[in-house]
Amino acid sequence: MKTKVEDGSLVLSNRSKQSIFGKKLKKSAPLYVLLLPSIILLICFFYIPLYGIVIAFKDYSPALGFWGSPWVGFKHFIQFFNSYQFDLTIKNTLTIGLYSILVGFPLPIALAILCNQIRVGMFKKVFQVTTYLPHFISTMVMCGMILIFLSPSNGLFANLLSLIGVEMPNILSNPSAFSSIYVWSDVWQHVGWDSIIFLAALSAINPTYYEAATMDGAGKLQKILHIDLPLLLPTAMILLILRAGNVLSVGFEKVLLLQNPLNLAGSEVISTYVYKVGLQNFEYSLSTAIGLFNSVVNVIILLLVNWISKRLTKTSLL
Amino acid sequence: MIAQRLTIPKKKTDIIFDIAIYTVAILMIVMIIYPLWFIIIASFSNPADVANGNVLFWPKDWRLDGYIELVKQEMIWRGYLNTILYTIVGTMIGLFVNITAGYALSRRELLGRKWIMIVYILPMFIGGGLVPTYLVVREFGLLDTFWVLVLPFSVSAFNIIIARTFFKNSIPETLWEAAQVDGCGTLRYFITMVLPLSKAILAVIGLWTAVGIWNSWFDAMIYLSSEHLQPLQLVLRRILIMNESLLGQASGELATELRALSEMMKYAAIIVSTLPIMCLYPFLQKYFNRGVMVGSIKE
Repeated sequence: MKTKVEDGSLVLSNRSKQSIFGKKLKKSAPLYVLLLPSIILLICFFYIPLYGIVIAFKDYSPALGFWGSPWVGFKHFIQFFNSYQFDLTIKNTLTIGLYSILVGFPLPIALAILCNQIRVGMFKKVFQVTTYLPHFISTMVMCGMILIFLSPSNGLFANLLSLIGVEMPNILSNPSAFSSIYVWSDVWQHVGWDSIIFLAALSAINPTYYEAATMDGAGKLQKILHIDLPLLLPTAMILLILRAGNVLSVGFEKVLLLQNPLNLAGSEVISTYVYKVGLQNFEYSLSTAIGLFNSVVNVIILLLVNWISKRLTKTSLL
Repeated sequence: MIAQRLTIPKKKTDIIFDIAIYTVAILMIVMIIYPLWFIIIASFSNPADVANGNVLFWPKDWRLDGYIELVKQEMIWRGYLNTILYTIVGTMIGLFVNITAGYALSRRELLGRKWIMIVYILPMFIGGGLVPTYLVVREFGLLDTFWVLVLPFSVSAFNIIIARTFFKNSIPETLWEAAQVDGCGTLRYFITMVLPLSKAILAVIGLWTAVGIWNSWFDAMIYLSSEHLQPLQLVLRRILIMNESLLGQASGELATELRALSEMMKYAAIIVSTLPIMCLYPFLQKYFNRGVMVGSIKE
């Protein structure tokens, strides 16, 4: 259809060109009507705030607004880089983010391979329903459960440990234990759900591969190592790139809920700091600058990992 | 005979492997179910027994005090009602804006489709950030209103892409051609022909939106200040995280009793707030899974 229009336009006069455009526009008009509600919302609550990022380079005052506030250049960025919170939040964010990837990335793959090996249909179903279940628990309830279970005096873990005569340390107020609590509770909640995509990739593998391997005398473990894993690699790389791009935006809600004054040295991350500076201390410009710094670093890491992956495995997002 | 010769005997290592697989799988099921089971039995047990570790597998000294105290709290009811309202209205708005956009973007005749697509995808990667968004919401006068939780952030690029993929792949182009011959316009075609054929995608997106709203609390925390607008999750925050004593203050023996009762209320609150999703989940599981699958197929 496109070529027809292009060929035709060679001999058409300017006026009929306009009328073709007009016809197309008329055809699209009802579709624009359908787009209208979402576009309006996006402009109001995404693109206008996006413009609002300029206050990172200004001294924002509510009276003067986005436009009128005076420019100050990189003042707020420099203020953040020089504050003692900079090292702390970067260190904690990177620790939690990298720890999450290290544990949370391979485990869903392992779980999918495990689930794929279960041949009893009924049991497989029960296994899947059970492992997906915790994903639907709200962050609030999850954090409530963590606080209840890990309570040093009479929590579930304390009681279970006392059965074997071990005393429960107060890990909720220990800064260095924070990342472990965060990462492993996340594994408990999401490992099953995160495995779905790998399970789908596994079920798409051509069964003749397995048959051929069986004929050659391969055991189950060998089939996993030489068929399953190589064929999961492209899916895994894409997900790794996406995760790496989010390494600095660790699950902010969960961190905020599990924070207490005693573990703050291990639990203050960039995003919680942005929240506190911005909406509790009302330093709007500083908070925006820190948030912008975080986003920029995220995008850089995403592009970097994407580039490395393209070089090494020929898989990439873009 | 030939078939028999072709079957290769099971390897010994494979049998060991199978045993290992099933053992790990059963262990995992126990590790996931036990904490949830513990919450249930603890909510029905004597709090002293729970604290001393006497309740491990079965409720002890049955009682319903936690639930009774919980339902006496007015804010639980209000939170529950608010969350139900937010979920219903928010899901309807979310379905409306995302399905209409997804359909329009799936049509090839849409002029400037590529550019419009970028407008929708950009929010997935960048954003204005917390403070600029807050300031804009405040500027629109939405602070501390019902609408702030259901309207401003209802557009989801992810849902739009899922819907678009579905419309592209599942609604035959010939249907549109036939409708055109009969003189049916785009909007009427969308409403009377496409939507009835799209129940599956409506269910997937609707369910995801509903669960997301039911479980969310952060927007409510920063944008709402009135107590009568608080959703359930913020009420839970007061009970579970901030450890607020909702039963008042007391001293001496009464204080210990009150503390025990607050502990029971925590278990009851977890059950009561999570029950709707947990009950629906087994029946709706296939829709949830389908969402992940559809979403993972790009183009």
